[in-house]
Amino acid sequence: MLELTNVEKSYLEPDGSRLAILDIPSFQLAAGEQTAMIGRSGCGKTTLLHVIAGISHADAGDIVLDKVQVRRLSEEARDRFRAHCIGYVFQTFNLLPGFSALENVILGMSFARGKRDVTRARELLNRVGLSHRATHKPVALSVGEQQRVAVARALANRPSLLLADEPTANIDPTNQQNVIDLIRNTCREENISLLIVTHAMEVADQFERIDRLEDINRVTQSKHGENTENTLAQPEVY
Amino acid sequence: MSNWLIAWRSIQQRKLPSILTALSMAMGVMLIVAVLTILGVVEDSFRNKSSLGYNMLIGAKGGSLQLTLNSVYYLSEPIENIPYDYYLEYLSPEQRDAEYGNSIQGYAYDATWQTLQADAALTGGGFGGTAALLDGFILEAAKQATAKQWDYSEFFQQLENKILPIEVGRKTKYHGYTGITIPLCLGDYFGRFRVVGTTPAMFDSLRFGKNASKEFRFSEGRNFQTWSEDHGFYEAVVGATVAREHNLQVGQEIAPSHGAADGDVHAKKFTVVGILASSGTPQDRGVFINMEGFYLMENHAKPITRGEIQPLTEFEETDASGRTLPLPIEQREVTAVLLRTREVIHAVFLENLVNEGNEAQAALPVAEIRKLFDLIVEPIRVLMLFLTTMICVVSGISILVSIYNSMSERRNEIAVMRALGAGRWTVGCIVLLESLILACGGGTCGWLFGHTLNWGAGPYIEEFTGVSVGFFDFAPSINVLALLGSQPTMKFELSMEFLLIPALVLLAAIVGFWPAVEAYRTDVAKSLGK
Repeated sequence: MLELTNVEKSYLEPDGSRLAILDIPSFQLAAGEQTAMIGRSGCGKTTLLHVIAGISHADAGDIVLDKVQVRRLSEEARDRFRAHCIGYVFQTFNLLPGFSALENVILGMSFARGKRDVTRARELLNRVGLSHRATHKPVALSVGEQQRVAVARALANRPSLLLADEPTANIDPTNQQNVIDLIRNTCREENISLLIVTHAMEVADQFERIDRLEDINRVTQSKHGENTENTLAQPEVY
Repeated sequence: MSNWLIAWRSIQQRKLPSILTALSMAMGVMLIVAVLTILGVVEDSFRNKSSLGYNMLIGAKGGSLQLTLNSVYYLSEPIENIPYDYYLEYLSPEQRDAEYGNSIQGYAYDATWQTLQADAALTGGGFGGTAALLDGFILEAAKQATAKQWDYSEFFQQLENKILPIEVGRKTKYHGYTGITIPLCLGDYFGRFRVVGTTPAMFDSLRFGKNASKEFRFSEGRNFQTWSEDHGFYEAVVGATVAREHNLQVGQEIAPSHGAADGDVHAKKFTVVGILASSGTPQDRGVFINMEGFYLMENHAKPITRGEIQPLTEFEETDASGRTLPLPIEQREVTAVLLRTREVIHAVFLENLVNEGNEAQAALPVAEIRKLFDLIVEPIRVLMLFLTTMICVVSGISILVSIYNSMSERRNEIAVMRALGAGRWTVGCIVLLESLILACGGGTCGWLFGHTLNWGAGPYIEEFTGVSVGFFDFAPSINVLALLGSQPTMKFELSMEFLLIPALVLLAAIVGFWPAVEAYRTDVAKSLGK
């Protein structure tokens, strides 16, 4: 369903040199499969999600999602593809402050389909337990509630892949588990593949499959190979 | 969710700067609308030749613009008068002869011939005896006049010399060109409004509006009469504005003040017999009194002083039945004559004919007003439009600054939208729509403010220009197709105010372009991390 082959990504440094971030020979995720991607800070986890989502353009390699070569799409086509096929949950929720919880959920649909499905949006808010907070703006919601709205928004277009970038990093331990359960159960129910990036081992440990980025990324293998064990044992950020 | 709603939400998110920005645009548009409407309506009202119902003015030699402002719009300072017998040259021979029936010359002429005929019949003295009788009669008439303190010695001297200038039945000089002839006697005031002495023809014969098709209507009462059993010569009709401002009712008596708004109030009072319905013409602001009554007010009789004896200024004679006699025409003057020529082309001939003479001048009111507008008002309007347009441009720049300044804090929002699948064009378009909403929303408020300003300033504008401007008065129309370079024969006329819509859209597009490009170029990956 998701297949990465020889994917490379680097950034241009101020001095003109290139800083390699990713060099992934191979990575696969089957339809409906769930995996937790772990790795130390700065090893390229977010970049990997951006490359998969088409937010950043990979320098080389193939990214195939639902048999579509994402890297070969034009930017406009990538935007459309992302809107239809990929859900994205951000670490900082990134709800738009001017919109209510319901409108934030609808917003994602608008870009994908050009029309709103209020019933689906309400159903999702109901599923994340926020039907009574539908008209509230993000500022009126608790941190946990905001992240639940973000999850509902990511699922609004029935994507085939959900990318979650440290979705529990900014919420309290009680809500952490709720959010993880919510994401995993919803993905399971709707047969959505899940790639979750996290520092938290207690989150990662709940997954049947755990991928360590340093293991699949040639760049970090060469730089940090000897430190990987320590980093994973003592995650930096919660 | 439409891009419009997303743009609107973004504006709501930054309420205060958005309101201030839109307000500055509203102020600019308000000024443009006010300038366009007020100057346009005033110009339209002044320029509209068909709205007057006449096409020529006759008045004393002097400034033709002042004559026009005085006689048509009842504005500016009072002007000099023209002799009454000159005015009679515009009437038909029958009308002139009838007017001379009310002249000292006419009275003497009639009395002379009656006496002569009677005496000649009695004495059979032939022409020589008639001449002797005429001399005797003239001497007697001169004595009687002197006893009444009138000094008509020169006139009687002329009679003595057997020169009688009445010329009964003679063709009048200008009647061949005239259709409607309405005399005006100006100089008195009622409050701030001008009092106009005229004939009932002002409302019986004169038509106004397009193709001179509208009659003056009375909201109350009737037109004044030359003489009535109830009020004699002293009837008046007041314009709608005058009635409203002075709360006048039919049956009330009014007394004009002499020469100025704060001049001496005449003792003679006129009874209001009619109140004009509002017509949008200068007549709304006039007090129209019977010309015969006007002449009989104190200080209105023309002093025909010869020698040392001063004439009486309060002339009021009665006939044998006790009925007041009108002022003899020798003691009359008129300020102006409103003319509608028989044919439009006659106006040119008549204008030349009158202006070649020494007695008076002819003016074409429409041409005078056009000159005034072309020389003074139009440049002022262009200047004001330039200034107000600059205000709008500055407001547009403030929109640019407002949106552009918000871009740094909104980069994350734009990046999130992009991450959710919005294309570069979509986010650029949303920013442009914001600019459009602010410009057009502010513009709409400005349009409403502008018309409210017109409504509020209406009474003051009316006071200074004589033109009433209301909330629903729009700027004059222009041919949009001509603006686009089409043939002048093709017409699509639209109020100039509607041109503000494309102008605001264009302005919004220009000022929104830069921030939109910023949104378009937002680096999603970088901005998401911020």
